[in-house]
Amino acid sequence: MTTMTPYRSEVGPGRDGFAQLVHAEWTKFRTVRGWIIAMIVAILVSVGLGLLAPASDSSGCQTSGGGGPQSGAACGGAPSLLLGPGGEPVTDSFYFVHQPLVGDGSITVRVTSLTGPAGVVSSPDGNSFGSPGIQPWTKAGVIIKQNQNPGSAYAAMMVTHDHGVRMQWNYTGDTAGLSGAVGPANPRWLRLSRAGDVITGYDSADGTHWTQVGAVTLSGLPATVQAGLFTASPDYMVPHGVTAFHGPTQATAVFDHVTLSRAVGASGARGSWTGEYFGAGQGSGSDTGKYHQGGGQFTVNGSGDIAPVTAGHGGLADGAQLINNILIGTFAGLIAIAVVAALFITSEYRRKLIRITLAASPRRGRVLAAKAIVIAAVSFVAGVIGAAVALALGTKITDSRGNYMFPAPLMTEVRAVIGTGLLVAVAAVLILAVGAMVRRGAATIAIAVVVFVVPYFLSVTAVLPVGVDDWLLRVTPAAGYAIQGAYPEYAQVAAIYSAANGYYPLAPWIGFLVLCAWTALALAGAVYLLRRRDA
Amino acid sequence: MADALHAEWTKLRTLASTFWLLLAAAVLTIAVGAAAAAAFRCQAGECAPAVTGADPAKISLTGIDLGQVVVALLAVLAIGGEYSTGMIRLTLAAMPRRLTALAAKAAAITGCVLAASAVAVLGSVLAGRLILPGHGLSQANGYQLLSLGNGPDLRATAGAVLYLALIALLAIGLTTAVRDSGVAIGAVLALLYLFPIVSSVVPDQTLSRRLEQIAPMTAGQYIEATTGVRALPLTPWQGLGVLVLWALGALLLGAAVLRLRDA
Repeated sequence: MTTMTPYRSEVGPGRDGFAQLVHAEWTKFRTVRGWIIAMIVAILVSVGLGLLAPASDSSGCQTSGGGGPQSGAACGGAPSLLLGPGGEPVTDSFYFVHQPLVGDGSITVRVTSLTGPAGVVSSPDGNSFGSPGIQPWTKAGVIIKQNQNPGSAYAAMMVTHDHGVRMQWNYTGDTAGLSGAVGPANPRWLRLSRAGDVITGYDSADGTHWTQVGAVTLSGLPATVQAGLFTASPDYMVPHGVTAFHGPTQATAVFDHVTLSRAVGASGARGSWTGEYFGAGQGSGSDTGKYHQGGGQFTVNGSGDIAPVTAGHGGLADGAQLINNILIGTFAGLIAIAVVAALFITSEYRRKLIRITLAASPRRGRVLAAKAIVIAAVSFVAGVIGAAVALALGTKITDSRGNYMFPAPLMTEVRAVIGTGLLVAVAAVLILAVGAMVRRGAATIAIAVVVFVVPYFLSVTAVLPVGVDDWLLRVTPAAGYAIQGAYPEYAQVAAIYSAANGYYPLAPWIGFLVLCAWTALALAGAVYLLRRRDA
Repeated sequence: MADALHAEWTKLRTLASTFWLLLAAAVLTIAVGAAAAAAFRCQAGECAPAVTGADPAKISLTGIDLGQVVVALLAVLAIGGEYSTGMIRLTLAAMPRRLTALAAKAAAITGCVLAASAVAVLGSVLAGRLILPGHGLSQANGYQLLSLGNGPDLRATAGAVLYLALIALLAIGLTTAVRDSGVAIGAVLALLYLFPIVSSVVPDQTLSRRLEQIAPMTAGQYIEATTGVRALPLTPWQGLGVLVLWALGALLLGAAVLRLRDA
């Protein structure tokens, strides 16, 4: 009797760790020529479409109607924006009635009115406007300014048309004081006092009971600063389709009980007041303001604004190229990536390869994880390359055509580029997960376009009513584009904060988290269905 | 041709997905249109046509922006499905005249899409007619009630139905050319949505206008405009003509590929 030894393969058991699984999926990916080509196409279209905006930008040499001072001055040189102490672009123009203040001291005034023409700006169809009226952020009050250079440091106490008393400093700082509108029956007392580098702002409704609004440190303030009264009224802005009309406005403030007091022992005789239109930015034109002094009363008429400049149409930097515009090719790249991510999983179902895949690696969740890692890594690389090249070339083209980029800190640009990679990587994983659930390539890709491209399309083309489009960019996966947002919104500046102007309704990382939440949800659903259903 | 048409019609009608996609296209279009109409706001006293610039027909037909995705998907799947399953070889064996087969397919699919679009568009216009007057776009404020008896509204309504049918034809042509459902739907939707997104960031007015004139979606939807028609870069019918050219081009490309390549 012979005993038969059953056949045993002489090949040793292979390693079946997660690394092998990822390697297997990477091999599947890189050996499909079409997918590699699609990824290269994704990079090329991201760059190509991104360069369309800067390459066709001739605004540097246009004089557009109603434009700010840049539209005329931009041609022929490298135009630049005025930068504030924090490095952000600012406008620094107002009517200034001032005198030097040597050493420590304080300035106190009572404001009895802030008025302007109550014009109506309307008729978006035609080219005619009513007279532009007083603006919500029209402001008047007292200011202590480092020197007379545009963009220099300052702190100010002011009344505004719609936002009560504010203390503002160095263009971006803003603190609320007393609320309510100013008027003869409802005057506002304002005081700024300087002690070294610290400027403290107070307000009062009656001139006896004072409340401290804020104390700010303006480091490096010289011994002699300019102190005085100011009035400024920002440009009006009317959205018009994807662009906007804008132009200067005027306002008049009435001050009395003006006291400039120096610290005891300070040198210098009591000066006299000088009134002049000050600065660079908004409000230039033939009528830039005036002041009248009599009977202890100052009437100051002014235009302009002391505030950060916002990006996009309607702002002072209307002609500036935006980082978001150069990254617009992301949409095209994402469609190509969506096709690959969807087919990466759905073609396994079509070719029945999924059965072999699952036979070789029965732990199904890990298969999906390995696929997600591969598609995310590849998409990240494609996204970062596309965004980096587009931004580098786009900036170069913008400069070479005599235009200028709306400035953003280097770290913001880095975040936008890396963020684009993260955005498309997480989006690809979401699409992969949807593909695992739907199992049909075309349907998956259609869903991907609907959730990633259509919300943005509806938003920038102003198809939907204002507010609804913002809402779409908050709750859909398209919220992830917020990570490309390069410019901060300012509560103290009225502007058109829309996606078309480079402003997303969510903060960069919050928007990205919304996308991540959708992706986590889709992955959970995909793993659940992958385990439950037969392949 | 009649037999070919009958065969294609049988193939299309016996697919469960056809009915559901047509239903989805109609429901989605009407729902989004009604939602856009209900979301419209204007403050009392600022509702005059010159101030809002609102176009009641255009607002009611907002759903087309989304419904067209389903229409394109239906057309892509109807053609691409044959390639992914290998059915196309059987089809061409039975109907060796390939262009006849393509024409029959296109006719069957477009017929279905026309029927669903008519429901979708009429439903949207009806929803707009019922909802919009309650949101400021009333006759008291100087707007006409949406009505098929009104020339521009009739043109917008009929044109929107044709628009969706042309989107289907564009998708049929492209899918026949690329032979893969996934790539085809990606290409069709990219073609539709990328033009308006890109033209929104192009600062050069001339180029931006030119992009709008050649964009299949933007130009094609001029047919839905009933106000501010003069300000459009093309007349409504010229705009629809641009989409006709795109659809024709895609069909010619598809026909050429079908004729010249092995299936």
